[in-house]
Amino acid sequence: MKRIFLMVCLASLVVLLAGTGCVGENKLLGAGATFPQPLYSKMFDAYYNQFKIKINYQGIGSGAGIEQLTKKTVDFGATDSFMTDEDLKNAAAEIIHVPIALGAVSVTYNLPTNPQIRLSRDILASIFLGTISQWDDEAIAALNADIDLPALPITIVHRSDGSGTTAIFTEYLSKISPEWATTVGRGKEVSWPAGLGAKGNPGVAGQIKQIPGSIGYVELIYALENEMPIAEIQNKKGNYVMPSLESTKLSADVPVPDDTRVLLADTDSEQGYPITGLTWVIVYREQSYDGRSQDKAKSLVDLLWWMTHEGQDYCEPLKYAPIPESVVDKAAKIIKSMTYEGVPIMQ
Amino acid sequence: MGTKNTKRYKDRHERKEMIFRGILYLSSVGILLLLIGFFVSLPLDAFESIRKFGIGFAFTRIWDPVAGNFGALVFIVGTLVTSCIALVLSIPFSISIALFLGEYFREGIVSTFLKSAVELLAGIPSIIYGFWGIFVLVPIVIDLEMKLMVINDRILPYGVGILTASVVLTVMIIPYSASIAREVITLVPTDLKEAAYSLGATRFEVIRRVVLPAARSGIIAGIVLSLGRALGETMAITMLIGNANRLPDKLLSLANIFVPINTMASVIANEFAEATDSLHRSSLIYVGLLLFLITMVINITGRYIIKKTSVSIDE
Amino acid sequence: MKASSTGYRIIKDKLFISGVVLFSFLSIVPLLLILFYIIKNGIAVINWDFLTQLPRPMGEEGGGIINAIVGTLMLIVIACLVSVPVGVTAGIYLNEYRTGKIAESVRMAVEVIMGIPSIIIGIIAYTWIVIPLGSFSALSGGVALAIMMLPVIIKSTEETLKLVPNTLREASLALGVPYSTTIIKVIIPAGLSGIITGILLGVARVAGETAPLLFTAFGNPFMNYNILEPVNSLPLLIFVYATSPYQEWHSLAWGASLVLVVFVLLMNFITKLVTRR
Repeated sequence: MKRIFLMVCLASLVVLLAGTGCVGENKLLGAGATFPQPLYSKMFDAYYNQFKIKINYQGIGSGAGIEQLTKKTVDFGATDSFMTDEDLKNAAAEIIHVPIALGAVSVTYNLPTNPQIRLSRDILASIFLGTISQWDDEAIAALNADIDLPALPITIVHRSDGSGTTAIFTEYLSKISPEWATTVGRGKEVSWPAGLGAKGNPGVAGQIKQIPGSIGYVELIYALENEMPIAEIQNKKGNYVMPSLESTKLSADVPVPDDTRVLLADTDSEQGYPITGLTWVIVYREQSYDGRSQDKAKSLVDLLWWMTHEGQDYCEPLKYAPIPESVVDKAAKIIKSMTYEGVPIMQ
Repeated sequence: MGTKNTKRYKDRHERKEMIFRGILYLSSVGILLLLIGFFVSLPLDAFESIRKFGIGFAFTRIWDPVAGNFGALVFIVGTLVTSCIALVLSIPFSISIALFLGEYFREGIVSTFLKSAVELLAGIPSIIYGFWGIFVLVPIVIDLEMKLMVINDRILPYGVGILTASVVLTVMIIPYSASIAREVITLVPTDLKEAAYSLGATRFEVIRRVVLPAARSGIIAGIVLSLGRALGETMAITMLIGNANRLPDKLLSLANIFVPINTMASVIANEFAEATDSLHRSSLIYVGLLLFLITMVINITGRYIIKKTSVSIDE
Repeated sequence: MKASSTGYRIIKDKLFISGVVLFSFLSIVPLLLILFYIIKNGIAVINWDFLTQLPRPMGEEGGGIINAIVGTLMLIVIACLVSVPVGVTAGIYLNEYRTGKIAESVRMAVEVIMGIPSIIIGIIAYTWIVIPLGSFSALSGGVALAIMMLPVIIKSTEETLKLVPNTLREASLALGVPYSTTIIKVIIPAGLSGIITGILLGVARVAGETAPLLFTAFGNPFMNYNILEPVNSLPLLIFVYATSPYQEWHSLAWGASLVLVVFVLLMNFITKLVTRR
């Protein structure tokens, strides 16, 4: 018995150590935002099949993604809320943002028979501030005259975990409501005046499906996949817009700064959906840190180029909006600015 | 030459013994070092928050990541309230199981089945309890709340909240208190019970007047230790507590049993991944440190009671 | 003394035992419901491919969870290699020096470590191992799990050895068998089944943990046998799939849950067999 036990121990030790020797260069490690994880896993699978480079991406959260890049435990991070000027200043070296895809945040609800409702800027802000607390409120009824609204209390469901989705949504609320901007503000997590929190997009979606009279916000993909009702939202130009891949893409059709760090919320675009945001991959501009090889730097640059060009084809089947042409050009410039020991990696 | 050999043998032998005892000693000290490591590491990571908010952190009800104001009162209240409700709810169940297995049916197919089932209950991963709560318990609670809405307008059909989380927590801790209670009940001396029977007592009377009093402190210890377990529970609670980082307005109202709140372990699990701001991050670890201390106090109390029990049984 | 008429007392006795039986069986209703849900939702996706292939990305048929199964086993082996030697020797120490100051404080430490929330253990393992080594790894995940297993192993080792009759030890020592040999050849074999039970219970405890692995084992879509690189694990995979938007991934999560639960049940079953012997 004891001998068998010892043998098992030794054998497992040998097996474990045997694997340790082979650390290949054809591997890249990335971590961060959970929102693009299905897209990235699809992209990286296709990339592996084509170029035999293994990319391990884990959705551990945008905040953790930034943290891991600054601690240099990953080759690239991913985030759906860009690093602030202060964050960038505190980082050990220059970090650049490469935009990969666009996300929209939809407002979804649970009402008897789930009618199609529209929400103006004022009403949306009032609901989330808790000042409109009943579905049969006059303001909502006036805007949705053809719908018979029930006398249900409004239950707000928000994200409990820190999230880029919340950042985009509260950014929009701050832009449309001065009261929201001063009392609650914008961020990946805020101190909510009302409602309950659920973990992750599926948590919020699940909660809304179960509570009659609830309203909340989820990434568009989750609302579509779960066949939940989606509200038409009034944009800056006064139009009521349904979130869709098209209206999401339109929202980014505005002047974008060269470093692509832009908040798209409340877009100026005529038919653009107003609650949208970009999701980025973040890397160090100078790649020769921590004794990294030139091969590794090269494969990272190749990967980023592929993701922003050929890889964009994988967005729409998975219901992500691809970045518009103008942003692709900006991304190309950013990738070309990456260096190894001061020399541009991509000619 | 013979003595020399014996001496060499003895030396080698003694060295071997020394090494053996050394290994035993080292692993034990290693455990202590591990704990000390926790005590050093956590306050270091939480330092920024400790310096800024001090001890008042535990009594502040604001948790506002946007403004950078943090206080753990809501989470401490949420943790203690859900754990205590779960504890109270679990008592009839765990004592029943303990009596069933330790007094009424010590052997037989049914008790083997019950015993394995209770052990399995302890083995189901937390995240799976969470799923189950969402699919089975939440709709029931929503129905209940819809009916109660008419009576009290502060009740909203949340489905998740203190009650839901406490019920799932109850199921999760039953195996722990039951197994300790069973052990102490089995240890109650037979002659004590036989004396009572010979006086004509019924089984119920023996249990009430002899078994439970004799096993009382052991049962209490089991309950206290399962409290320690309840406090640290994370994944299932996160899915069912409602994660509202604020206290209800009127604290002492029965309607609050349905209110969503948040717990210490749950807020860490929720926010740690996205906390980029270093003050936010260190505040979360500060919450972890407080949870660690609370659990420790409770576990030490439990141990103390167990120690007293084992003495009283020997007597 | 009207209340103590025999009939009334017997009724009370019957009522009480019915209550005990009722409450006992009520408490396993949740278990049956949980098993029912998992089996109902999980059985549909489980087949040979599911158990032997790598995961496929969204939108492609098939794919499995072999990387997570192998990763979970790897993490458990590492956790055992770290925690078993330390745990068993510490348990022996506690049994040998029952009243010493160190023994008392170690006992206390064991209780405290038992109560530390798993996510905190994850953070600690991240600070102690991931940051110095500069990368996420199976090793760091295994160590995090080992810390969680240690208290279980120590406690069960100590408890079991306590039950080994003193006469056995005395007989051995009286024959002139050295102390260390007595422990290794006499005491430990006598309590072996209890020690193994403790190890298996420890494994069952950590097999379903997600929180300590998020920042340590990290996850990996590919097969990996290197302990210094990230690996996947079943709870991590369930977590990712269950929080995704796609229905297909949800059913994979149920399938993985079933595999995990069967694994934990198997552990419990083996424990039973060992203790019975």
